[in-house]
Amino acid sequence: MEKGFLLGLYETMFRIRTFEEEVKRQFEDGNIPGFIHLGSGQEAVSAGACAALKPDDNIGSTHRGHANLIAKGGRTDRMMAELFARETGSCKGRGGCLHITEMSVGSLGANGIVAAGIIVANGAALSAKLQHNNKVVLTFFGDGATNQGKFHEAMNLASLWALPNIFICENNLYGEATPLAKHMKIKDIAVRAKAYDMPGVIVDGQDVLAVYDAVTEAVKRARDGKGPSLIEAKTYRFHGHHIGDPETYRTREEVEDWMEKRDPLKLFKAKLLKEFKVKGTEIDPIEHKILKEIEDAVKFAAQSPTPDPLNLTANVYV
Amino acid sequence: MAEMKLITGKDAIRYALIEEMRRDKSVFLLGEDLEQATFGVTDGLIEEFGAERVRNTPISENAIVGAAIGAALTGMRPVAEIMFADFLMDAMDPIVNTMAKARFMTGGQAKVPMVIRTPSGAGLSAGAQHSQSPEALFMHIPGIRIAVPSTPYDMKGLLKTAIRSDDPVLFFEHKMLYYEGGDVPDGDYTIPFGKADVKRKGKDITIVAVLAMVKKALMAADMLAGEGIEVEVVDPMTLNPLDMETIINSLKKTKRLMTVEEGARTGGIGAEIAARVAEEALDYLDAPIKRLGGMDCPIPFSPVLEEAMYPTEDSIAAAVKQMLG
Ligand SMILES: Cc1ncc(C[n+]2csc(CCOP(=O)(O)OP(=O)(O)O)c2C)c(N)n1
Ligand SMILES: [Mg+2]
Repeated sequence: MEKGFLLGLYETMFRIRTFEEEVKRQFEDGNIPGFIHLGSGQEAVSAGACAALKPDDNIGSTHRGHANLIAKGGRTDRMMAELFARETGSCKGRGGCLHITEMSVGSLGANGIVAAGIIVANGAALSAKLQHNNKVVLTFFGDGATNQGKFHEAMNLASLWALPNIFICENNLYGEATPLAKHMKIKDIAVRAKAYDMPGVIVDGQDVLAVYDAVTEAVKRARDGKGPSLIEAKTYRFHGHHIGDPETYRTREEVEDWMEKRDPLKLFKAKLLKEFKVKGTEIDPIEHKILKEIEDAVKFAAQSPTPDPLNLTANVYV
Repeated sequence: MAEMKLITGKDAIRYALIEEMRRDKSVFLLGEDLEQATFGVTDGLIEEFGAERVRNTPISENAIVGAAIGAALTGMRPVAEIMFADFLMDAMDPIVNTMAKARFMTGGQAKVPMVIRTPSGAGLSAGAQHSQSPEALFMHIPGIRIAVPSTPYDMKGLLKTAIRSDDPVLFFEHKMLYYEGGDVPDGDYTIPFGKADVKRKGKDITIVAVLAMVKKALMAADMLAGEGIEVEVVDPMTLNPLDMETIINSLKKTKRLMTVEEGARTGGIGAEIAARVAEEALDYLDAPIKRLGGMDCPIPFSPVLEEAMYPTEDSIAAAVKQMLG
């Protein structure tokens, strides 16, 4: 694999992690209101999956959508400003974490209603089919979302119409405070694909290259007109469901174990250095660049104006 | 008289659930994340009542409401929780097409003694899909009782009535009221549905307010009292049944009516009350009815915009003064 591509994957993951950890600090400092759902720990899923797309392909996203958007090319300064509820934010401060979106980079929108993005992603895939533009759609959702009727309706429709939709389940083992074993009988969500006659693939969601490979194959299948796939990425969220979650449902040891042994950034960095013979001096400047980028994003957000209440009802209609 | 205790709205709901579950074995809870509840209402209940009666569900609002309906049809008294009122929309079909109509469609064979509890309202910068006040939507659906308590005392008493009701009840709990304190007696008491509560007596204007707006109306009334304006604040407590008698009796005295709600003004609670007053009591009014409510706009994330969406004690007081000329 080309070194530039590999370093690009690392850069995306490092950008997500740095952004998310900064968001946590800013929230705790009182600069960000509302409910914040962080993607730290799940970077490899977004980075690997979006690397398999073209810029004009679409993604559907969720309440935990920062990582999805950054991986698709979302601008971190606009995103930070959105979370600060500023007029310069991606959604002019109207959306916040739950709805953070930049349509110009192909995001169809983060959605605060669990599984709501999945049915909409089908529509974008249908659109691609009707317009013969060979675009594909990649829709992210959690393990918990696969218990919604919407998920099953969308899977069936996508299969029936051979829609170019790639269903990516970020199985982080919990839906809010409920562990997987308490919300479904099966261990692998991928088996749900069987009912809809589409491929159901399990990948290690902490391995960015594994995710990239699986999604690349599904994207090819979709572009070839062979229809949808379900990819289940086994992953883990390092922080609570939202910032401030008391996390009574899991042990500190479990979290620390994942952070220590299954951190997607650490794993990929080690692989870059060992297997791909990348030098530390090639990685350092990337990290410095991103740290500066996020620092600047905070400055941009903090200096931006808050929305003017006189414009409250702008954009209710076109 | 039972001893009064200062408790929060959250605990008022909690105690009502605990007491009703102890009283009646057919009462059980189902909903998402009841063990580590988003607003803490059901925390610890599983320890007393066990997982059989405190049932954590998958994220499946249709299945939650559907299961509650089915259990209610067959001898149980389910209390379902929908984590945010916004997610009622996920279960609109079972609520509107089955829960509300089962008794009527079966010619009275069925009864559906169930409650759906759900937090509504803004104030937490939770954005357009986690802050709505959809109470009025359900006033349009015959067959659903709707409770809208504004104090811990009312929350506990009305929830007990809801649980004992043989009709299905949608029980709205305003998120910001979970953390407000109020005096509640120890032990059992109920509050009847369809009986408005006059929260403050006055002779110059009647304000009908619900949920978190009751407190704002009372604060406005306090401010206005300093200027010699006496506001009567009426809290309908339930929207179905709606106690028009108390409202009309009040405005017969005050000759003026204002409604205050958090949900969008258009097609809102105030719209229905105003229409009924126009039909039944127009002649008593000395001034046009004034409706205050949320702007006709999805709820923004930005705190400054969110604040601009809703009536405040100041805007209520200003509107009253304008009405009184
Ligand atoms: C329809 C609906 N029900 C419930 C919620 C509340 N809620 C938000 S996120 C969440 C858990 C989602 O779990 P999962 O799909 O696994 O995603 P994760 O949070 O783990 O990324 C819940 C219950 C919601 N937003 N929408
Ligand atoms: Mg999950």
